[in-house]
Amino acid sequence: MNFVFYLTAAIAIISTIMVIFHKNAVHALLYLVTSLLAVAVIFYQFGAPLAAALEVIIYAGAIMVLIIFVIMMLNQGDSTVVQEQAWLQPTTWVGPAILSALLLVQLILLVSSGQISSTQTFHYIGPKQVGIALFSHYVLAVELASMLLLAGLVGAFHLARRRKIDQGDSNNAI
Amino acid sequence: MSTPIWITLLNIFGVLIATVILAAVLTWGERRLLGFWQDRPGPNRVGPFGTLQVLADMIKLFFKEDFIPRFADIPVFVLAPTVVMATMLIAFAVVPMSPGIGVVDLNIGLLFVLAMSSIAVYSIILGGYASNNKYALLGGLRAAAQTVSYEVFMGLSLMGVVMMSGSFNLRDIVNAQAERWFIMPQFVGFIVFFIAGIAESRRTPFDLPEAEHELTAGFHTEYSGMKFGMFFVGEYLAVILISALITTLFLGGWHGPWLPPIIWFCLKTAILVAIFILLRASLPRPRYDQLMKFGWKVMLPLALINLLVTAGVLLWTA
Repeated sequence: MNFVFYLTAAIAIISTIMVIFHKNAVHALLYLVTSLLAVAVIFYQFGAPLAAALEVIIYAGAIMVLIIFVIMMLNQGDSTVVQEQAWLQPTTWVGPAILSALLLVQLILLVSSGQISSTQTFHYIGPKQVGIALFSHYVLAVELASMLLLAGLVGAFHLARRRKIDQGDSNNAI
Repeated sequence: MSTPIWITLLNIFGVLIATVILAAVLTWGERRLLGFWQDRPGPNRVGPFGTLQVLADMIKLFFKEDFIPRFADIPVFVLAPTVVMATMLIAFAVVPMSPGIGVVDLNIGLLFVLAMSSIAVYSIILGGYASNNKYALLGGLRAAAQTVSYEVFMGLSLMGVVMMSGSFNLRDIVNAQAERWFIMPQFVGFIVFFIAGIAESRRTPFDLPEAEHELTAGFHTEYSGMKFGMFFVGEYLAVILISALITTLFLGGWHGPWLPPIIWFCLKTAILVAIFILLRASLPRPRYDQLMKFGWKVMLPLALINLLVTAGVLLWTA
């Protein structure tokens, strides 16, 4: 159990580092997919199978597919790799690295002081419990999220809508 | 673990080898059946009734030059065909074939299958991208759009079954069908899932990502040898997987009179595979925009209405 966890965690960390440092966008995205899959395995190990399944279906299976879809359409060649190399100078990531290092120190301090329970007792949370929690305690958040998504949908529809006037013009021209 | 280790191993390798062999044999079976329905012989020269055609094809594929175009993105190009085969074979692990056969009894079995089928999309997208070829790119784009949109109501159409059986576990779903198969109360769900399944496995009439007459071979234009073979076998694995899932979810799984459970399961799956092939033999391809319009404007509302009605009826009778 412990060994499997550390192995998966190592895979997640290494693949995430590769996401940051890889020059080729599609290869970096593939590492990101690997990282998401590793996180899903960790979820499963800690008794949250529904979260694991949703992680794979929604993040790895839908959102990442759409991102790769867009990158594929842009069809960048090797020139972008060179460009990326020029952008990824050490000076640009010194700031973020220091700030994240501070966060890491905080995390280590919290875990070592025992404020976050690091005991191995965790309970299994099945799909049913998640559903009950979503539609009782968190129902307001669910409704708000659905409204936000609906607004996004309406916006996308408006942007992609065919203009009636243009069609009329082209008919007249013919 | 109460079951001895050798039974588990037998289960794992039995299911694995059986599905791979079935997928390989199906490459011959499909051509024979297509020939039968289209009034022509089909491959009938190698061995009795042409049954050794599979072997001949495999020898040919293995000895072909495994060509990788120099303009391709090589690591991704090599990775792409393995994804579809791996995910499809992993998905078979949760399908319960009979009371004693089935690799794992996963609590979220149904979601697991959906997750694997959504990962399988990468195979086509990456294949199309890595080939660095216009036809392959167009095929990959179409495949991505098609599978992502058909996946939406593929999942939704199954929720009726989940509500009626009260579980994501495929074994529980089969057990819930001991008296009545779910195809009767969930007929709409069955139809939607069947159509979405055809689109997910990219079979004719929904094989626009590889439509020969406009895209040569779509996303696998640049592939040859065994890499092409993996795409090919992956497609047949998908067909068998979808058929096995329909059997499990809607046709009562291994339940049936007189015959032993595993025979019933195989029989139902085989009939569904034959229907897949019959559809290929008889239906023309729609246009791409028709395909997308059909998906979003007909299938999605149908799946949602089915969901709503099922929920209403269940609450009413509960």
